[in-house]
Formats: sequence, C-alpha cells, structure tokens
Amino acid sequence: MQRCFWRVILFLSILISFSANAAHELNMPYGVTPISQQIYNLHMAAFYICCAIGSIVFGVLIYSLIKFRKSKGAKAAHFHEHLGIELLWTTIPFLILVALAIPATIVLQRIHNTDESSLTIKITGYQWKWKYEYLDQGIRFFSNLSTTLDQINNKAPKNKWFLREVDKPLVVPINTKIKLLVTSDDVIHAWWVPDLGVKQDAIPGFIHENWMQIMKPGTYRGQCGELCGVNHGFMPIVVEAVTQEQFDAWVKSNREAKVIQSQQIEKKMTENELLTLGKTAYERNCAMCHQPTGLGLPPSFPQLKHSHIVTGPKDSNIAFILTGVPGTAMAAFGDQLDDATIAGIVTYIRNSWGNDAVNFKNKNPTLVTPTDVMKVRQKTSGV
Amino acid sequence: MSETTVDKHHHEHDDHHHGPEAGLKRWLFTTNHKDIGTLYLIFSFIMLFVGGAMALIIRIELFEPGKVLLDPEYFNQMTTMHGLIMVFGVIMPAMAGLANWLIPMQIGAPDMALPRLNNWSFWLLPFAFSMLFSTLLMKGPAPDFGWTFYAPLSTTYGPASTDFFIFSIHMMGASSIMAALNIVVTIFNMRAPGMTWFKLPMFVWSWLVTAFLLLAVMPVLAGCVTMMLMDRHFHTSFFNAAGGGDPLLFQHVFWFFGHPEVYILILPGFGVISEVISTFSRKRLFGYVSMVYATIMIAIVGFVVWMHHMFTTGAPLAAQLYFMYATMLVAVPTGIKVFNWLATLFKGSITFETPMLFALGFLVMFTMGGFSGLMLALVPSDYQYRDSYFVVAHFHYVLVSGSLFTILTAVYFWLPKWTGRMYSETLGQWHFWLSVIGMNLTFLPMHFLGLAGMPRRIPDYALQFTDFNQICTIGAFIFGFAQLIFLYIIVKACFGKSTGHLSNQVWEGAHGLEWGLPSPVPYHTFETAPVIK
Repeated sequence: MQRCFWRVILFLSILISFSANAAHELNMPYGVTPISQQIYNLHMAAFYICCAIGSIVFGVLIYSLIKFRKSKGAKAAHFHEHLGIELLWTTIPFLILVALAIPATIVLQRIHNTDESSLTIKITGYQWKWKYEYLDQGIRFFSNLSTTLDQINNKAPKNKWFLREVDKPLVVPINTKIKLLVTSDDVIHAWWVPDLGVKQDAIPGFIHENWMQIMKPGTYRGQCGELCGVNHGFMPIVVEAVTQEQFDAWVKSNREAKVIQSQQIEKKMTENELLTLGKTAYERNCAMCHQPTGLGLPPSFPQLKHSHIVTGPKDSNIAFILTGVPGTAMAAFGDQLDDATIAGIVTYIRNSWGNDAVNFKNKNPTLVTPTDVMKVRQKTSGV
Repeated sequence: MSETTVDKHHHEHDDHHHGPEAGLKRWLFTTNHKDIGTLYLIFSFIMLFVGGAMALIIRIELFEPGKVLLDPEYFNQMTTMHGLIMVFGVIMPAMAGLANWLIPMQIGAPDMALPRLNNWSFWLLPFAFSMLFSTLLMKGPAPDFGWTFYAPLSTTYGPASTDFFIFSIHMMGASSIMAALNIVVTIFNMRAPGMTWFKLPMFVWSWLVTAFLLLAVMPVLAGCVTMMLMDRHFHTSFFNAAGGGDPLLFQHVFWFFGHPEVYILILPGFGVISEVISTFSRKRLFGYVSMVYATIMIAIVGFVVWMHHMFTTGAPLAAQLYFMYATMLVAVPTGIKVFNWLATLFKGSITFETPMLFALGFLVMFTMGGFSGLMLALVPSDYQYRDSYFVVAHFHYVLVSGSLFTILTAVYFWLPKWTGRMYSETLGQWHFWLSVIGMNLTFLPMHFLGLAGMPRRIPDYALQFTDFNQICTIGAFIFGFAQLIFLYIIVKACFGKSTGHLSNQVWEGAHGLEWGLPSPVPYHTFETAPVIK
C-alpha cells in the first residue's frame, strides 16, 4: 500500500507540474464586467470551501488508511453508531451551505436586474451564425465564422484565433449598461462569452433578457454553448468593446455603408462581379455543409455538383435559397442575405463544378441578376 | 450411503426440473435469477466496449484542432450514441444484473418474485439496442442531438432515424419498469422470516429506493418521447413555439426524468460501497440507520431539483433561487454517506484487495465529483459552467468513478462467490491503478478546459485548448485499454482452471446470507427459507 500511495503522489505531482507549465488558463476568467467578476469571486469562494472540506475528508481518509491497516496489526473497534456525531455532520455542512447560498443569491439578483440599460441589442441565433440588431440605431447584421475551411481541414496553417473569429464582430461601447434580448430562429443556441459573464440560451419563439456592462476596451471571444446541430462548434462570438466616441463613429459609418449598398444593387452587376461576390459569399454561408468542392456531405448535405436544382430552372433555384427546406438543415437565406449576394451565390454555383456545361445542355441560364432574385422574392413573399 | 430406489428416482426427478437446460435454450428461456443476472452483466460488458470504443473515436477527433477523423455530423452521432449506451446500455443493465444476482441471495429468497417477467425484461434490451444501432447503418444520419435530445433539434430538425430512437427508448423504458417492479415485489414479499426492514443489507435498501425512482420516472421519459413522436408526425405542438407550445417544456419533462435518473445510476452503487468498505475494514457499517434515511432523502430531494439543469434557459429569479437551494440541500445526505463511510474505515482493520481499492477510488473521486456538483448548484457560477467541459468533467467523475467503479467493485467482490474461483489479485491491482490513472488523466483536465471556455459537444476547438485535450485523449486510451485486463480477468475466472477450494465466506470480514452459501453458489439457493434471528 505504501508503494501505491507514493505512486499516486508521484502521479499527482506530475500532473500539477504539467498544468502549471502549460501557459494556459486553468481557471475561469476574471472578466471585464461587474457580473463576471462577482461570478469569479463566488466561484473561488466555493472552490476554497470545497478545498477545505476536501482536506478534512481526505485527511481523515489518508490517516485511517495508514494508521488502521491490518498488516500493521490494527484490530477493528466495535462502535457503529453515535447520534451526536451524526447530528454534527448533518448540521455543519448545512450551515456551510447557507453561508454559500447568501452571496449566490445576491449575485443572482444583480444578474436579473436589467433596468436602466441605455442600449438594447437583440441577438438571434441561426444555424450556424448570429444576427445582431441594434434596436435603437437601426443597425442589423449577421456575424459568420471567418475561419476558412482549408484551416479546418488542415490544408492551411491555422490562425491565432482559429474558430474564434468572425466576419463582423458585435461592436459595443464600454461603461454602458447594455440589455441583451436573446432568441433563436430555429433550434436552441446559447450566447456565451466567458469574459463578459453572460451565457443566455436562445430559445425559438421566446425572448430572454440578460445584460452586460464592459469596463475595459478590448476584443472578447466566445462561442455557441448549446448543441445546435452539425456546425455547433463553428459559430463563434466576437465582441469588440470600444469607447463611446468610437462607437458613435461606428454607428455613423454603418448607416452610410447601408446607403451605398442599396445604391449598388440598382447598378447592373457584370457576370464577373457576381461570380467574385458569389464565391466569397458561398464560402462563408454554404461551404460548411455543401463543401468548397460542391460535393456536400451526403446524406445530410446533398451535393450541388450536377444537382437537379442547380442545373434546373433558375427561379426554383433562387426560391430554394430564399425559403430553405423546412425540416432539414437548409435554412431560409431570404432574411439573411440581400438580393445581390443571393444572385452572386446562384450565379457561382450554376457555373461551378461542371454545372455550367449541364446548364448549357439543358438550355438553362447560368447568370442570375439581383433583379431576378427580387422578382422571386416578391413572388414567394406574396404567397 | 443407503439410498432407496425411491430416493434415487426422486433425485433424478429433481435434477431434471431444477438444473439448467443445455445450450442456447438455457439462456433464452431461463427464469433463474442467477442466469438472468449473468445475462444482464454480459450484455452490459459488451455495451461497455461498444460505448467505450465510441468514446475513443470522440477522443481521437479531439486530439488536435482541425478535422482529424470524423465529419461533425458523425461526431455528433458518436457523442449521442456514447451517452445513450453508457447510461441505458451499461450502467442500468449492470445494476439490474447485480440486483438479480444478489437480492434473492441477500434476503434469503429462492428467486425473484416474477421470474418470467424477469426473463422478458432482460430480453427486451438486446432488441432495443439492435434497433438503436440500426440507425447507424441507415441512409440518413443516426440520432445526432446528444443523449439529452433537446427539442426542437430532435423534433422539427431531427433526422428520420429519430423514430427508431424513440421506439428503442420505449423498449428500454419498458424493460427498466418491469425490472424495477420485480425488485420491489421481491423485496416486499420474499424476505426470509426474521429479515425485518432494518436488517436488510444496504445493497438491498438502496436498490429498493432506486426501484421506486425507476417506477416513478421511466413513464415520464416514455411520455416525453411519445410527445416527440406526436410533434414529429401527428401535427401536435408540445415543443413547438410556432404552434403554441414551448421548447422548454421538453427540458422540464426530460429533466424530471433525467435528474432522478442520475440517482438511479448511483444509488445501488452506494449500497455496494457500504458492503465492501465494511467488509475490508472488518467493522460494522457505521450509522446504518442514518445511511438508510440518507438514501431515501437523496431520492426524495432528487425529484424536486430538476431545473438546475436549465439555469441558463431564462428561468425566473424565484425558480432559480428555489432550485439552487434545493440542489444544495442534496449535499447534506450525500455528505452523511461519505462521513459514515469514513467513520466505518476509522479504527477498522483495513486490507486492500481489489474490490476495496475500487471502493476507495470511488470514495475519493466521487467526493471530487460532489464538490464540482456543489459548485454547479450555485446559479451565478453555473452561468459560466453550464454546457462547458466543466460539466462533462463533473458528470464523468460521478458516473465513471461513481457508478462504473462501484460496478467494478461489486464484480470483484462477488465474483469468487459466483464462479467459485478467485480472480488474479495482481492483475486486479493493475486494472485498478491503470483505470484510476487513465480516468483522472482523462477527466481532470476537462475541468480546466471548461473553466477556460470550451463548450461541450464540439468536434473542433480553438488552439488554446489543444494541450489539455491531448492529455485527455492519452488518458482515455489508458483507461479504455485497461478494461481489456478486466475482460481477461473475468474470462479467466469464469472458464479458467480452478483456483482451489474457496471457503463460503471468501472474505475474512464478509457478513450476510450470501456468504453462508457454498462458493460457487449452487444453481438454486434458499429453496427452504433461512431463519434470521
């Protein structure tokens, strides 16, 4: 037994030194919001209490195992009951629990207090991206994973922020109480950023509140916290906390960008422009499931190469993307992408992977314009 | 010997009716509690390797960032199957197997009260699991929504194979309900004269409480999957907000089953530990009566804490507070059990045979799992822990070093009684140490991963999580392959050559009716009830 005991000690010390040497976080982040810091303190208090109880329990255990060994000639005592001590080890843990419950209750009440917030952001989970809406500023955008598939498939070196980077981060001002309204468009997701102390499930059909007040400018990263289907691991969250002035400037530039965008749509786009736009948009929105090769991941994700839809009439092709296929992972992109982007994607997939030849043979067009998309959109929403 | 012809004839007659049948028929049609117990244990053992292989596949994928082996779709199927198999295919059948073997022998009964029902409740299981596994071979994806199968991921968005999953859950539920019913009836009606309630061995007590839990919650699970089926095919909207339902209703119903379920998985193990620690301390169990009441308390409180699995779903403050307090309360009776085991060890005369090692391993690591459980009960902290690897670490500490280790403890402890052969102590010790080291290497780093922000059920992860994930994977392989030693030990003990005569008592400190029977135990025992003073 002595030998076994030392083996355990040796193992633990190796483990601890390994953990200490690894330059990684072992603990919950202290975070940058009042709530995350209070949670951290509660977590540490609970941890130390557990350590204290643990050292007593394991102390008695180790003492007994060393002291009362038969091989050392220990004779068993005959006691098997003692009411007093039973009451003692019922009461003391109970009191410890009460002591722990009090601070927990106080922090919890603060988490629930979303009053007096001065900015409201609605967060909607989609399979597999987030939509952010600044309700008072009229800004609304989707935030997608920006890590490339080549990195995921080990064909390219991985970025520092592999799987934790997005095309458009959520930009928020510091020192402002921000109310978050969290919901979902399809399945349950959870919006979780450890540094902000926020994890809120996004439940379709219901809106739940949470809040944050970031005290330090910086970039904070998290990801979806509730299994939401195939690409659950690929919907990160990036929050950029900036000063109020920078935020105001960001709001202004966003509004201007929106005007320019709508002017661009009216302008006629060339096939090359559509293909370039379509390729980027395809890689961002479609390639995760249908793959960059267009071969998909059957049976869940059908291949687009020589698919009868992509090589069929263009209007039904557009309609599939606009409305999705209910009951499958194919989401309705009508709400997420504008006409030009959808036109680009359709043009791109109808031209790629040999689909152009099939379309040519079937006398189906390969070029789809934003106007085509707009027409289908009006038709489908009219029904 | 002066036997008359009549006696001889009588004996042959007896043998004809009471010995086991030859060949496959013995196992198909058996109503003998020992045979059925063996069947349960073999089934559970096979499932352990199947579920374990899936765990290793998962760990290979997580060995480094980027795609290693699996598509995310297949990864999700593996996590789902691994969870379902380990809970419904390994732990529950193994506990039922132990109950079948031990309860009649421990209460002095000739068999279970309802032997034919007993046969049926076992034989439903292979069919239920065949159906579940068949989904892996189907054209569409197998169930891929996690073993908790939250709606609407499993209803509106579930693959077509979900219906097979629903039906197999129904069959497993029916099997469990029948087994539980049988155990309750047996313990109530078949105790030997003089075996009063407070003379029942702890294992029997904890199984009695567990059986009531099963009877109460397995129908709830059946209702839950039936509602899913209705939502999927009959246009109801129990879990669909668009039709006036609520996805959270699913979680309420599921966890109303799911929380008592975790006590179903652990309580019989508590009973095993009580017997083993007392035996190898050569000292009576400390605080037997309070142990019984603590078990009942855990079961009762277990019914009213289910919402602690749903703290981040936007529950109202009052609900969160109530469920936090109730959950923390579970620590009190659980603490009583740990303290009583400690007091049993204290001033004992302790030896360290393999079952005792596993029991002590349980005691240490289950306590650690209890600590993380207490931390998880605190709602504010839970906002950070929920659905992270911290939770994965927590429930593997309580289910692997809790339930699985208690099953291993029980098998080592009673195997000599069942087979009449002593297992190899050296190999047993190897099995223990490799299991403990592998298990801790696998699950201890998961605490750190979770705290640093790694969510569970992801097939790929950010670079900062790499080191710990690699340690986890190495640990998982040590832990997994250590179980092959166990397989060898069992095969050797069942089919190897005799290890010489074993006394009835087997272990020096063993007490209880089963230790008065010969080793190996005859096919039929206690045909005449023993009388307990």
